[in-house]
Amino acid sequence: MEHLAILPILLPLLAGVVMLLPPVGNELSRQRTLSLVTLGLLLLVSARLLAQAGSGEIELYVLGDWQPPFGIVLVADRLSTMMLLLTSLLGLAAMLYACAGDDRNGKYFHPLFMFQVMGINGAFLTGDIFNLFVFFEVLLIASYALLIHAGGKQKTKASVHYVALNLVGSSLFLFALGILYGTVGTLNIADLAAKIGQLEPTEQTIASTGALLLLVVFGLKAAILPLQFWLPRAYSAASAPVAALFAVLTKVGVYSILRVFTVVFGEEAGALAGIATPWLWPLAIATLIIATIGALSAHSLRQLTGHLVVMSIGTLIAGVAMSTTEATGALLYYLVHSTLVTGGLFLLADMIRQQRGKAEDRFVTARRMCQPKLLGVIYFIGAMAIVGLPPFSGFVGKALVLQAADIAYEAAWLFPTVLVGSLAALIAMSRAGTTLFWNISREPDACERVSKLQLAAVILLLATSPLLVIFGGPISEYTYDTATQLHGMSRALEPLLPGGTGQ
Amino acid sequence: MEMVYALCVGILTACGIFLTLRGRTFPVVIGLTMLSYAVNLFLFASGRLNVQDAAVLQKTAENYTDPLPQALVLTAIVIGFAMTAFVVILAMRARADLGNDHVDGRLPAQPESAQPREKA
Repeated sequence: MEHLAILPILLPLLAGVVMLLPPVGNELSRQRTLSLVTLGLLLLVSARLLAQAGSGEIELYVLGDWQPPFGIVLVADRLSTMMLLLTSLLGLAAMLYACAGDDRNGKYFHPLFMFQVMGINGAFLTGDIFNLFVFFEVLLIASYALLIHAGGKQKTKASVHYVALNLVGSSLFLFALGILYGTVGTLNIADLAAKIGQLEPTEQTIASTGALLLLVVFGLKAAILPLQFWLPRAYSAASAPVAALFAVLTKVGVYSILRVFTVVFGEEAGALAGIATPWLWPLAIATLIIATIGALSAHSLRQLTGHLVVMSIGTLIAGVAMSTTEATGALLYYLVHSTLVTGGLFLLADMIRQQRGKAEDRFVTARRMCQPKLLGVIYFIGAMAIVGLPPFSGFVGKALVLQAADIAYEAAWLFPTVLVGSLAALIAMSRAGTTLFWNISREPDACERVSKLQLAAVILLLATSPLLVIFGGPISEYTYDTATQLHGMSRALEPLLPGGTGQ
Repeated sequence: MEMVYALCVGILTACGIFLTLRGRTFPVVIGLTMLSYAVNLFLFASGRLNVQDAAVLQKTAENYTDPLPQALVLTAIVIGFAMTAFVVILAMRARADLGNDHVDGRLPAQPESAQPREKA
């Protein structure tokens, strides 16, 4: 199974191409089957990769057998395989939901979805930052098309902003890559980590410009404070399965920050060590504050969920800024939880929207839902999980992150913002629930019940919350091991470089 | 040569940023295109500007030009091209869907007489 590491990229690519060709391309049912089979296979492959990486070995897949600093290399370590598993689980649930009818609203939903998954997987697996750029573009162009899929004024409006912002982001990314290549002479992450410490002082200044430009780009993807305004609008305009899949897109940004600023600009980077930390810390706190205000001012459930995504990003970035092994382990646990639960909430918001007629998911008086009890129970569980009340995973995640803040000033900033944020989320979610479920004007005239597929998708995502608590021990152990591996990465990869001993 | 080259990149970037900040989609698209031209030139220069050096193919030459930035630029051009095509179509779609070509989808408040008629 030496080629296992490249399958998460190849599988969706091939499936996406096959879906464009006649025997599959002209019939929706075949596309659906192929999508679900591919995502199921991806789940198996990434679980297998995770099991392999769990033993602590870092698998290098050297494409074309070109020696690592020069060729393209994929790195399957604990962190990337964990993100792969997360993506395939979320993708499977979003696809299940889409198969209930959302994919019928426009053409090419399935191929686009496959290319999106391919881009995300590639971004997680790649071992050099130029390919990170390439896979960013793959996932972005698929996401542009998916965001506007099925059309409509709201989607077009949100798309214009999203596309323009991300194109500027891509240009900045290339500027940053050019600067880093011009000073360090390599773009391989492991090689960068080895060479960044040996720069001349004059070159250090230039390299730090490149590094901070990279931070801006990743910050745009992750939606950190000055660059987060696009997110609630874009995510609330997208169709439900797309929004659910987008829940992992911001995490690609967080992952990249973690990867680049821990491995390359980590403790070993000499004068450039910890270059991002003084920026990340205040930005994380400010993101939390702005998301708190946003959550209180949201006027539809999807918008509210969008602001909660930003809030989770604030918490995650605070974890990155603390840059200790403990904090990284905690934030990885929280990352898994927040991705799955916000994905589930986007799907749930869509089910609620379908049953409320013209009021959609806005917080106004409307007709009664057909299945208020069923949706209410799911909403309650989702709200408890995202707000962070026990016994759900949000509580454990936030507790772990807060526990990791051990320096006095960190704790003094983080505790009030996270806790007030959670309180605001609690208020916003309970106010939303009250309006959605109890503020009823009349009985429904026609009843369109949620389909079993939709229900299965939402339950699949939200059930992970209690599961994350029940298996909290092994999972947090894994994330802490991951953090240890990540923080020792620059040393761990060094011996692998010159020999090119990859599989 | 370095000076001219740097000026080119600088002016293209400045024009690109200025146009990207405009309020209507067409200047924004042109601005994004200029930014991508600037970034392509910039990437190309990251391997240092060498005159009369051999391509990496020649075995006997003493100095080589760095082939990697050329490969990077090629990739960046292809991607930039696709993105430009997409954003042009999106801008046209936005004009058709929203009835105007402002990036926010609605025109800023203007005196009554100056307001263009909405398309039915």
